[in-house]
Amino acid sequence: MITKRIIPCLDVRNGRVVKGTKFKDIKDVGDPVELAKYYNDQGADELVFYDITASYEDRDIFLDVVKDTAKEVFIPFSVGGGIKSIEDFTKILRAGADKVSINSQAVKNPDLIKKAASKFGSQCVVLSIDAKKVKDSYNVFINGGRKDTGLDVFKWAKKGVNLGAGEIVINSINTDGVKKGYDSDLINKLSNIVNVPIIASGGAGEAKDFLDVFKNAKADAALAASVFHFKEIKIPDLKKYLNDNGINMRRND
Amino acid sequence: MIAIIDYGVGNLESVYKALESLGFESKITRNIDDINKSDAIILPGVGAFKDAIENLRNMNLVNPLMKNIKKGKPLLGICLGMQLLYEESLEDGKWKGLGFFKGSVVKFKGDVKIPHMGWNNLNVLKKDNITKYINENDYVYFVHSYYAKGEYNDLIATTDYKVDVPAIVRKGNVIGMQFHPEKSGKVGLSLLKAFGEMIK
Repeated sequence: MITKRIIPCLDVRNGRVVKGTKFKDIKDVGDPVELAKYYNDQGADELVFYDITASYEDRDIFLDVVKDTAKEVFIPFSVGGGIKSIEDFTKILRAGADKVSINSQAVKNPDLIKKAASKFGSQCVVLSIDAKKVKDSYNVFINGGRKDTGLDVFKWAKKGVNLGAGEIVINSINTDGVKKGYDSDLINKLSNIVNVPIIASGGAGEAKDFLDVFKNAKADAALAASVFHFKEIKIPDLKKYLNDNGINMRRND
Repeated sequence: MIAIIDYGVGNLESVYKALESLGFESKITRNIDDINKSDAIILPGVGAFKDAIENLRNMNLVNPLMKNIKKGKPLLGICLGMQLLYEESLEDGKWKGLGFFKGSVVKFKGDVKIPHMGWNNLNVLKKDNITKYINENDYVYFVHSYYAKGEYNDLIATTDYKVDVPAIVRKGNVIGMQFHPEKSGKVGLSLLKAFGEMIK
């Protein structure tokens, strides 16, 4: 039976993994390649790297991180942050990543999803959506959660999948960084609407949050950063807990 | 040397790096001399069946591959590379494959998410050298929307995704893996090691 996936997320700036709350109070977490190896040994099912730098010089450092990781870590990993074109896809996939995730640029230029899917296959194209509750609906936000596009999250997700996205990362701005659990209502609704794997993001604080998002919101994978980085939750313990509670996990590696 | 066939699709680098970490010499190539000189061949693959088979034909790689298979050289098809070894694929039309394995490549049906993406466990049906370093129910990483419907005799291992999906197939010196051994952690590396050791 296919397992649910646990995915640590590594935000990379100037060649280091960092973590902050809403771009403030940035803390250094460690060397990305070492951390990737550590999570691989701990039993992470997949990894995500986000490039949170802006300048061109830093992008090259970031690509080297991707290359070095691919030499030593033999589990799937995806890369996101600032992807604008098919050329960006090519560079990242050549550096050894398996998937590329796109967010703001996909909203601005939906054709990028279609082009990337037809060139590299849908399995390479991850649509990342930042969602925030506005009155009674969920809207798509872009530019690091600063701009409300007015787009309905569910309509956008459906359109993204029709254009060729093979997976969706759904990040709830309301629950992100709060550590009070994933936005199960949002994720559950999305699970019922699209037929591609869904990765829940934003809000993991304790083991039962993972259980809730897998069991009640039907997520296929759960992404988290700080609870893993600061060792508040250890992946082997988490997987044991989930397994004991009826969630199928890969635990033999 | 293991020749990793570069036919314009897929992520070849990760296969190369996985082999390198195991100490096997390999070369990403589409050169026929390299293929003839190699000790074993890997046909990787990510992407669409039609493009892949057309590329193989346009690069005149079909005959050299089949000749080397006939000579008894070990060949491993990974993911789409495995599917190409079947008679036909029904991916967006109907396309003729290499026809080494009997059967067709068909789309998943019913109440499952497509692609079949993630870690799923193997059910090893037959004792074989290729699985000598792994356990019977080990997990490997799959990413695919189509699967090979072939002959029972070729099956080494299956995986369950509402249907029994052929995960490892083998006929003589030719092996197919529907999942990505190069992305399946220690289990995947163990399978690649067993393949590399088929070199005489």
